[in-house]
Amino acid sequence: MIEIDALTKDYLELTVVDHVSLTVADGEIAVIVGTSGSGKTTLLRMINRLIEPTSGTVKIDGQDTRAVPAFELRRRIGYAIQGHGLFPHRTVGQNIATVPTLLGWDKQKIAARVDELLSLFQLEPAEFRDRLPSELSGGQQQRVGVARALAAEPRLLLMDEPFGALDPIIRAKAQSDLLAIQKRFGTTIVLVTHDMEEAIHLGSRIAVMDKGKLLQYAPPAEIIARPATPFVAELIGTGERPFRLLSLGKVRDLVEPGPAQGEPISADASLRDAYAECLWSGREVLPVIDADGKIIGRIRRDDIARRAERPQ
Amino acid sequence: MKPGLIIRLVILALLVAFIVTPESFAWVFQPLTKNGQPAIYTQNSLMNLTLSHLTIVAIATIASTLLAVGLAILVTRPFGAEFLPLSRSLANIGQTFPPVAVLALAVPVLGFGTAPTLVALFLYGLLPIFENALTGLTTLPPTVTEAARGVGMTDRQRLLGVELPLATPVILAGIRLSVVISVATATIGSTVAASTLGEVIIAGLLSNNIAFIAQGGLVVGVMAVLIYDALSALERVLMARTGQRRLQS
Repeated sequence: MIEIDALTKDYLELTVVDHVSLTVADGEIAVIVGTSGSGKTTLLRMINRLIEPTSGTVKIDGQDTRAVPAFELRRRIGYAIQGHGLFPHRTVGQNIATVPTLLGWDKQKIAARVDELLSLFQLEPAEFRDRLPSELSGGQQQRVGVARALAAEPRLLLMDEPFGALDPIIRAKAQSDLLAIQKRFGTTIVLVTHDMEEAIHLGSRIAVMDKGKLLQYAPPAEIIARPATPFVAELIGTGERPFRLLSLGKVRDLVEPGPAQGEPISADASLRDAYAECLWSGREVLPVIDADGKIIGRIRRDDIARRAERPQ
Repeated sequence: MKPGLIIRLVILALLVAFIVTPESFAWVFQPLTKNGQPAIYTQNSLMNLTLSHLTIVAIATIASTLLAVGLAILVTRPFGAEFLPLSRSLANIGQTFPPVAVLALAVPVLGFGTAPTLVALFLYGLLPIFENALTGLTTLPPTVTEAARGVGMTDRQRLLGVELPLATPVILAGIRLSVVISVATATIGSTVAASTLGEVIIAGLLSNNIAFIAQGGLVVGVMAVLIYDALSALERVLMARTGQRRLQS
């Protein structure tokens, strides 16, 4: 658990982060959203003390982060950044092994961990282990960057616009990979982005920042339904609200028994995708299949549309 | 093999052959002599002069590399930042003194011989290495230095594990400039009785023997070119091995 209390950073006259307090529970993904200059990156970097706060405290699992030397603190916290920041003179394997090596793990354990992570990120260990980062594609480099951050099995992972440099298709893949890995290890993640779409897709809670202040910290549905300030509403986009709301729900939630015609939709698809399919194919109902391809019922367009209404 | 490499190897072979058995090349230099002057300098073995020349350059370059890189590391650390302007001026002053002036000033203190030459080459070699080391250490990709901090490396681990390895090709470029300047400048050392290839050139100037001047000058010039090429090649290998793009030179 991370407890941030009245955290403030001043640069001379300018207050970049202004008395921000928030708590991230274990296993949560907290996404900090804001425009550039909102102080979101500064807030993130104060958690692992890459920037020292002017005042306020950060506690991780009850322990003040200032109780240990900064470099020791950082070895316990995964850190992934935009543009990956891989060491260009070290191989992929050596890059991933960075923190375990700093922690003095024995060689065999490190080698096993490197191969495990490479396979987890769909990079064939024998093929990629000894390559230099410059020989990889952008998407592969980004995956190695996240693998390096996870190498020492940190319970907390900080990510600063980790997918910012990726094209939309690779980006969607990277996001779903991250969610799968988060589910598997139960890692607590604090992620910074300027993209509300990404925040809603990834976050279990979203923190909206503007001019150094925390405007709202709530689950995505709450942020969409009840934006705390006009700025938060603007960031969500008024025209996008019903669709953002739909993107939070799964087809599984609205399945009912009954027949339907045409191309089926997966129970794990989002309601937004199901609604789009209804509109595009001109159907009132869609058959729903589960992961095995078995039809488990149907979903009705009207039911979906009702879920897009402003929650009371 | 590439043609460029073959040409360099042939030139290297000719150079070695000439240094080992200069007499067998007498016919080349004969046309430059007048009134039955000797075509080849024989008062001192050309091989000994060459080895001594290179040794002086090597010692001076190693010393300036150690000091220049050390200084550059110091002034790029947070605690040393305020010494940056001062160290820059010092290195600049070293470069501004003409080597002859350094020799003239050093002789009364150090006496005739190799010592004043070493001092002159050492001072002269500092600036290019220092400037390049500064450039190399201050222009690292910001995401890489940020990541090095973020993963929890100590200052020392960052310097030795990330910053220096990545800056090495640029530092090496500075060493290359410094070595080439020193190979040429070391000839002047013979005016204060250092044992270098300048001795051949000076003997030629004193006796008005163009053949001596030509062979001294040629050996120095060819060595400078070959050393320059070899170090450039080493730089390219290091750039590739450290995964950085090749610098345009």
